Formats: sequence, structure tokens, C-alpha cells
Amino acid sequence: MSTVEERVKKIVCEQLGVKESEVQNTSSFVEDLGADSLDTVELVMALEEEFETEIPDEEAEKLASVQDAIDYIVAHT
Amino acid sequence: MAKRRVVITGMGMLSPLGNDVDSSWEGILAGRSGITEIDRFDTTGYSTRIGGGIKNLDIEPYLSTKDARKLDAFIHYGLIAAQQAVDASGLEAYGDLDRERVGVAIGSGIGGLEYIEKNVITMEKSGPRKVSPFFVPASVINMISGNVAIRFGYQGPNIAIVTACTTGTHNIGYAARTIAYGDADVMLAGGSEMATTRSSIAAFSSARALSTRNEEPEKASRPWDTGRDGFVLSDGAGVVVLEELEHAKRRGATIHGEVIGFGMSDDAFHITSPPADGEGAARSMKNAIRDAGLDPDAIDYINAHGTSTQVGDVAEVAAVKSVFADHAYKLPVSSTKSMTGHLLGAAGAVEAIFSVLAIRDGVLPPTINLDDPAEGCDLDFVPGRCRKADIRVVLSNSFGFGGTNGTLIFQRYED
Repeated sequence: MSTVEERVKKIVCEQLGVKESEVQNTSSFVEDLGADSLDTVELVMALEEEFETEIPDEEAEKLASVQDAIDYIVAHT
Repeated sequence: MAKRRVVITGMGMLSPLGNDVDSSWEGILAGRSGITEIDRFDTTGYSTRIGGGIKNLDIEPYLSTKDARKLDAFIHYGLIAAQQAVDASGLEAYGDLDRERVGVAIGSGIGGLEYIEKNVITMEKSGPRKVSPFFVPASVINMISGNVAIRFGYQGPNIAIVTACTTGTHNIGYAARTIAYGDADVMLAGGSEMATTRSSIAAFSSARALSTRNEEPEKASRPWDTGRDGFVLSDGAGVVVLEELEHAKRRGATIHGEVIGFGMSDDAFHITSPPADGEGAARSMKNAIRDAGLDPDAIDYINAHGTSTQVGDVAEVAAVKSVFADHAYKLPVSSTKSMTGHLLGAAGAVEAIFSVLAIRDGVLPPTINLDDPAEGCDLDFVPGRCRKADIRVVLSNSFGFGGTNGTLIFQRYED
């Protein structure tokens, strides 16, 4: 079973069309990985599906980096 | 104001016959059918299980996986045809290109149906929060024109005319007018369609519009034949680069032909059927011929709308007879839809390209599957195989739901 970190990074790669080597824990979705506002909405939807959880909009807006997403998932699943 | 001359300097195409202009044209000249069994979805329970899908398309050279995912397939097709047309035109190599004077007019008959279906199903199953943020920009019709503008930085007029099966013709005609009138120097124009989806095939089947010749897909599209039983729904895209003549000459572009006439009309009759006498179609042709400043006798070949429906095929023949009188019997009229099927909003665009190629190569595309012409269908339909002919002026027809008609006239380029 993959770790939360691995699974988050895999989703990020799929959703944002970036290579695994480009994705660091500190990577910002918008500034480092080229996401626009619509990409980040869809990324959150993909995370919700992968981890079978619901991320409220006000929480989703705070998820700016890969680490933010990992922390949120770890804390809420 | 004198009209500026408009020439064609680039062409791009995806069709059931091939994923570029050359392979599609080769299929036409070989009299090959591009109709096969539908494999995009499970057709169990469908009365029609055949169509003209795009085959073996590698979109990677044109679009990243990430970008592709945000766009419905009809936009993929339109973008790819546009890229091919731009590449072929050499426009991007022209250092003095003024991007504010380059525009786009690429439409679609139906738009992003597959994306719409997918998201509606997701919404039903998982609720409104699961609807993709890309749902609207991935599926609305003007997003081919929008994405083409973004890709190439073309900042001129940007529009997408939506007129069902007349879409491609209207976009090219309108784009040519835009240049002739002086609003742009270059226009990318055409249409794209990916409508062989489960809801669309179901809907056209309910309307009894589609051929059900499932056992012989390559024989299903048979315009003017006694055995015709409806059209075959197909996918694809056609885009042309239209350019003001002096602009094209200045940059040393290869000129494939000239757009000399455009006409429009409406039947004002019925939502899906034309009147038996093809009166609206006739007026569209007359308007285009008047716009071109020609006598009807100057037309050397007609690329017909000819979809293989009971009423439509006969009405178009009646219209041709009423416009051309005796000349109608000397005038070759063929339907490339006998090979491609009906690309709806892309049909007029791919047929415009076939018309230009007919002039370029001096060859009349055939009407295949015309084994037994129906009563009253007694024109020269170029049955079976293509034929050499010296063609100078070609007329191309498109007719759509809502009774909307469009006609383009192309001429061999002469200085």
C-alpha cells in the first residue's frame, strides 16, 4: 500500500501533467507546477475521490502546496 | 467599397478517411468508405451501430495530456486541423505577421456532447460538487476559436457560427467576408464535430435520420441511390487558412484557390426537412452565384450536400435543376459524404477542402454506392470512381436543421 505522500504526488502528476521528478513536497501548485485556478479545483476533486473524503471549499482554498495537501489528508482521513 | 480578394493558403483535416488532408483526399480519389462499426461506446440496443469515427489519432504531437483532458474531443479535432492548416500555410514563418489582423471562425454543429454526457452522469451519481470546473470551457462551441487564438496569439475577430450541418460553410463564408470587408487579413475558418456519442446516436436514431445498414457499414452512405436509408454520422474537422490576396503574395504563400462567392438562405419551412422542390437550397446557390458575379453556366462541378436521406437528396437535385436549367445535365454533381459520412458542423469545411483539391488536381470526386439512382435523380453524379476533368469553378452546398442553407464558390487562382 502506497503512503499518503506517494498517492498525493501521483494525483498531482496526473492532474497537472507534470513529471514525478518535478514534484517536491514544497512545490506550490500554482507557482511551481503551472496550475491555474481551475486546475486546483479539479486537483482537489481528484484528492477527494482518491481518499474518499470531502474537502470543504474554505479548506481547499488553503491547500497551496503538495505538503499542504499531504498534511490535510493525514489529519482528516 | 470594392471587395478584397480572398485566397486559400493552408488546409488541415481530420476525417474518417484519414488524419490529415493528404490521406483523406487519397481515400476520396480511391472511392473508399470511411464508415465502420462504432467502437467508442457499447452500441447494444442501438438501431444504428455504425459511424465515421476518427481512427488511430495520436494527439500527443498537438496537445499535452494535461491540456487534452480539459477539452472535449471536438476541440481536439478542431485544434489539430487548425495546427495542420497553419503549418501548411507557412504563416508562422512570416516575420511581419500582424497578429491583430489574424482572426478565427471555427464552429461546430453540436459541441462537446461527450464531455456534457460524462459530467451529467457524474452529477447524477456523485452530486453537483463533482462536476468538473472545465465542464463549460471544455464543451461550449466557441472554444475551438478561443483555444486557437490563445495557441497562436491571433488577436483579430474571433467567432464560432453555429448552424447545424451548415456550420463549416457559414464559418468559411463569413471569414472570407471578414477579409473582403477589411476587418482582418488572415482568417482560420472551418468546423469540427465529435458527435458519434451515445446520446447523439440515440437521438438521431429516434428522429429516424440515420442509416441502419449495420451489416454493411461501407455501403450505408449512398446518396441518390434507391436503397438509401438515412445518413451516417461521422466525426472530424476541416480548417482553412483564408488570406487577403496581396497579403498572401507579399509573403510568397502557396495559393491553392480563391473564394469568390458565398450565399445563404433559409427554407422557412420545417425544423428538419427541406421542401420537396429545394426552393431554399436553390436561393442559396443563386445568392452565391450572384455574389461571385458569374452566370450559372460558369460552374464546372458541384460538391453536393447529398447526405443519403430520402427527402434531402431529391430536394437538392430539384434545386440544382431549377438553378441551372439545361446546364444541370452537363454539370457533374457528387457527394463526398458517400465516403466520409456526414460530419455535421465539419461537413462544409472538409467539403470546401475537397472542392479546392478537385480544382487543384483536375479531378471530380466520385459518389460511391450509387448502384441504382432513385427516381428523378438523373444528374451526372460521377458514380463509382473519380474522373479527370478540367475544373475551374466549384460550388459547394451545405444545408442544416432549421432550414439553414449555405453555398460557397471556389475558383482556380489566376492572377
